[in-house]
Amino acid sequence: MPQWIRACATDDINPEDLIRFDHDGDTYAIYHAPDGRFYATAGRCTHEDVHLCDGLVMGHLIECPKHNGQFDYRTGEAKRLPVCVNLKTFPVKVEAGAVFIGLT
Amino acid sequence: MTAAPFPVGQRDYSLVGPDSRRAVEIGLASAEWYHSDVPRAVMKDLMKRTDGPAIRDTILWFALLIGGAWGGIYFWGTWACVPFLFVYSVIYGSSCDSRWHECGHGTAFRTPWMNDVIYQIASFMVMRNPVTWRWSHARHHTDTYIVGRDAEIAWMRPPKTLTNFLALFDVIGATRSLLILARNATGRLTPDEKDFVPESEWGKMILAARIHMAIYAATIAVALATWSWLPLMLIGLPRIYGSWHMVMCGHLQHAGLAENVLDHRLNTRTVYMNPISRYIYWNMNYHIEHHMFPMVPYHALPRLHEVIKADLPPPNLSILDGYREVFASLRRQKTDPEYYLRKTLPPSAKPYREEFHTLNIARSGT
Ligand code: FES
Repeated sequence: MPQWIRACATDDINPEDLIRFDHDGDTYAIYHAPDGRFYATAGRCTHEDVHLCDGLVMGHLIECPKHNGQFDYRTGEAKRLPVCVNLKTFPVKVEAGAVFIGLT
Repeated sequence: MTAAPFPVGQRDYSLVGPDSRRAVEIGLASAEWYHSDVPRAVMKDLMKRTDGPAIRDTILWFALLIGGAWGGIYFWGTWACVPFLFVYSVIYGSSCDSRWHECGHGTAFRTPWMNDVIYQIASFMVMRNPVTWRWSHARHHTDTYIVGRDAEIAWMRPPKTLTNFLALFDVIGATRSLLILARNATGRLTPDEKDFVPESEWGKMILAARIHMAIYAATIAVALATWSWLPLMLIGLPRIYGSWHMVMCGHLQHAGLAENVLDHRLNTRTVYMNPISRYIYWNMNYHIEHHMFPMVPYHALPRLHEVIKADLPPPNLSILDGYREVFASLRRQKTDPEYYLRKTLPPSAKPYREEFHTLNIARSGT
């Protein structure tokens, strides 16, 4: 069973954007998709040690700010070189105007 | 962090030598680089992708290529072919570099296949293996001008020969590129290539090199069959006789500036240029801005420049102004390889990771 941790308020993230969320020594990226849903992934790119929070959300893709590698943040799938390794994803739920990330 | 800076002495620019290991040891490799502060909303707007500007520029690009080739063929054998081949060769041999670069980043067009198609065409024109260079350029952005890490350091110290610099026709560079492609086509990769290209991509590298070499072989065959230089004037040779603009702009990017720093304001140059050069070069004259924020498409770089210029060294005011600075610095480096031009940051700018300068500060110039 995941432990649900409050990451942010729903209106902390603009639609089609992301923010950084740090918890317990780890770092995550929380996304607000254009369809209104929220998603969460590991915060750092799998190519090099760069946080995705300064990247660009385009539809359901996050583009890394360093070398423009892309992931589908819903599944973590690596979509554009130089990223070859998928990104870890985490379950998310929205309750009472807050976004919770499920960590195990 | 109080890292010991690099020792004075001979540099080893290979990616598998002692300077490479040292860069990793002291935290210069894959490090956190300085970024000017830009509000997120402004940055999102600057990063926004759109197809419009690149489609417009690419239609003009193909029109110039086709028109230039047509005139070159039609008037071949007369002086009238010269202006056509001049335009054709600069578009082929110089603007290929900026198209390769921007489409390699995937920022020129919003639509991915458009970036990929132009990337492949431009890689062929610029005689670069489209697989290798995607990775070497990623390394150039991670470790810009970090000795032993960056595979794209054009001006290694001490600078070898200023006469090469004056030879704006890139005979040496093009020949070297062709030999690399020929070697890759035979299935051979160097240790440096194996260092920065993941093994999963090696097969694609070899295949791409074979395709490029097959096109060159076919062009030579047509030239021999027709007993004419014309096929080579249209395919292959423009990379030499039309590359002067690429070389002219490219050397302004980093030459004579600092190595082994983590701040693009100190190892990269922004130069104001005329609109024709900016079209050919796709605004890469805003080079500090590009390195600091590679997600910003070429057409938004002038706007980005306006946003962050108070945090940057003053730009060079023209190509000539840039070259005055480059020549002065390279001349000093011929006799003193530790010398570099230390760019002056405006009083409003934030300094960053000064410890990497401490050793060279006494020898640097401003
Ligand atoms: S660090 Fe993310 S694509 Fe290279």
